Amino acid sequence: MNQSVTQPMVIPGEWHVTYNYSTGKIAGQFFEALRERRILASSCSVSGRAYLPPRAYCESSFEPCDGWVEAGHEGVIEAATIVTAKFDNLPEPPYAIAFVRLDGVTTAMVNFVQGLDLSDVPAAIAKLQPGTRVAVRFKDEPEGRITDFHYVRLG
Amino acid sequence: MAHNKQVAVIGTGQTVFKSHHPDRTYVELVQDAAKQALDESGLSPHDIDAVIISMAPTVFMGVNDADRWAVEHVFGANKPVMRVHTGGASGGSAIQAAHAHIASGAYRTVLVVGGDRIAETPDAQLVLNLIWDKFYEQDFALTTVTMTALSAQRYMHRYGATEEQFARVVVRARRNAMRNPHAHLKGEITVEDVMNSPRIAYPYKRFDICPRSSGACAMVVSNLEVAKSQSTRPAFITGVSSITHSVFMGDRMGLWSENEYSDYDGMWRAAKHCYQQAGVVDPARDVQVAELYDPFSTNQFPQIESLGFCGRGRAGAISDDGGWDWNAGGVSISPSGGTLCTNPIGVTGLVRAADAATQVMRTAGEMQVDNVRHAMATAIGGSQQFYTCTLFSADHN
Repeated sequence: MNQSVTQPMVIPGEWHVTYNYSTGKIAGQFFEALRERRILASSCSVSGRAYLPPRAYCESSFEPCDGWVEAGHEGVIEAATIVTAKFDNLPEPPYAIAFVRLDGVTTAMVNFVQGLDLSDVPAAIAKLQPGTRVAVRFKDEPEGRITDFHYVRLG
Repeated sequence: MAHNKQVAVIGTGQTVFKSHHPDRTYVELVQDAAKQALDESGLSPHDIDAVIISMAPTVFMGVNDADRWAVEHVFGANKPVMRVHTGGASGGSAIQAAHAHIASGAYRTVLVVGGDRIAETPDAQLVLNLIWDKFYEQDFALTTVTMTALSAQRYMHRYGATEEQFARVVVRARRNAMRNPHAHLKGEITVEDVMNSPRIAYPYKRFDICPRSSGACAMVVSNLEVAKSQSTRPAFITGVSSITHSVFMGDRMGLWSENEYSDYDGMWRAAKHCYQQAGVVDPARDVQVAELYDPFSTNQFPQIESLGFCGRGRAGAISDDGGWDWNAGGVSISPSGGTLCTNPIGVTGLVRAADAATQVMRTAGEMQVDNVRHAMATAIGGSQQFYTCTLFSADHN
């Protein structure tokens, strides 16, 4: 094939897409409660499970979740990591992320862990081992978003 | 299993994998791999009854649902074509679909093909962040890096695995990749090199993490009749299975969970089904090769244990002693260098399968392990959510 272009070209592009996400009733109720500094887990009376994040349906019993329970504002770390590298369009490092199972809830929910010196990564991760107790801290004016709170290490 | 249910791999093809292929588009890459697989099988495009395209999020390429762009290039025009998408597990799921196509008797020959170009955008981890739940999880920088880092930290806590043990996995992978003409990263490095590379997300340093690869892979699968006429040594698919979890990783942590996140229990369940189909009762004895879906150094130990090659928490110590090394007499783990050295996400599961199948077909070149009767290929996708196992065997069931 005769080709007039001997060097491959690069054509730049960008996507800009706007969304308006409908929360549905379950998430809506959860976010309403966050404004009052309450964390609501959806519960299933058949399986006895309480879910965070809340959901309409219990994957264990195959029945609709039929109640709400208020989660404790303390819990236990199930997994954690500390990010020290910058990724485009993600938060400025360093930051710590943990899955925490709040008291009274069956499943673990992710959030940032704040208030810890992250400059020495091995030393910091030693303080975020599974089993570590943490507490929920709400910001001063909750807006009804998952970012209304974060975790802090207890003790 | 009845003879008319047998499914065999009779040809595979791969391009070289690297960050960019500036001289070829996605569709030209997938055609290259498809043509290689057809040539090896001795079939022409007319002989292919159906095509399955393995493809994960196409936002990396910036062409929405790019599979449609490739249809005629992979000889799919005027034939049944479907795309299979289970994230990183797409290649494994595509083979599962192809297996069903053949075993059902609906088709005699199926071309499974795919490609990816992860480095077309610098925003790959942002794209991957968007696979998580918008309301509850996206805000917390969940990515494939942090997802697996969290799993690894939990695994280390449970079993005492160390960063140095993960570093030895990288050293072995890069060394194995030197025998693989298609691999993206390869070469002799040391544990110190890995440990001294910049920290990314605990426990990861840069060398614990795969590259973003571009390239393509294809595989021709057929029924027993076609396999007998086209191939002297096909690789029979004797087990094919998958298990899927809910998107929320936190569902798999804690005392009440039915699955343990850090153990990859989904893979353990899938492997059990796979071995049952194949009649394999002692995987550590009967399986000679496993090509693992391991974009991160920490992905190997839980998979090796889930596949039954050793007990929970034991894979690291065996790794330290060279027990998973290439052709060392035990199970050779990822003779190709695996996903740690080459990761074109949407087709990686298919690359793992091709690299396992060629071990059985004895066409693996310098990567060839001695006396391979069974070779396992795995794939993992979503939020450590989709697990697939495919067992390739020298003899059919």
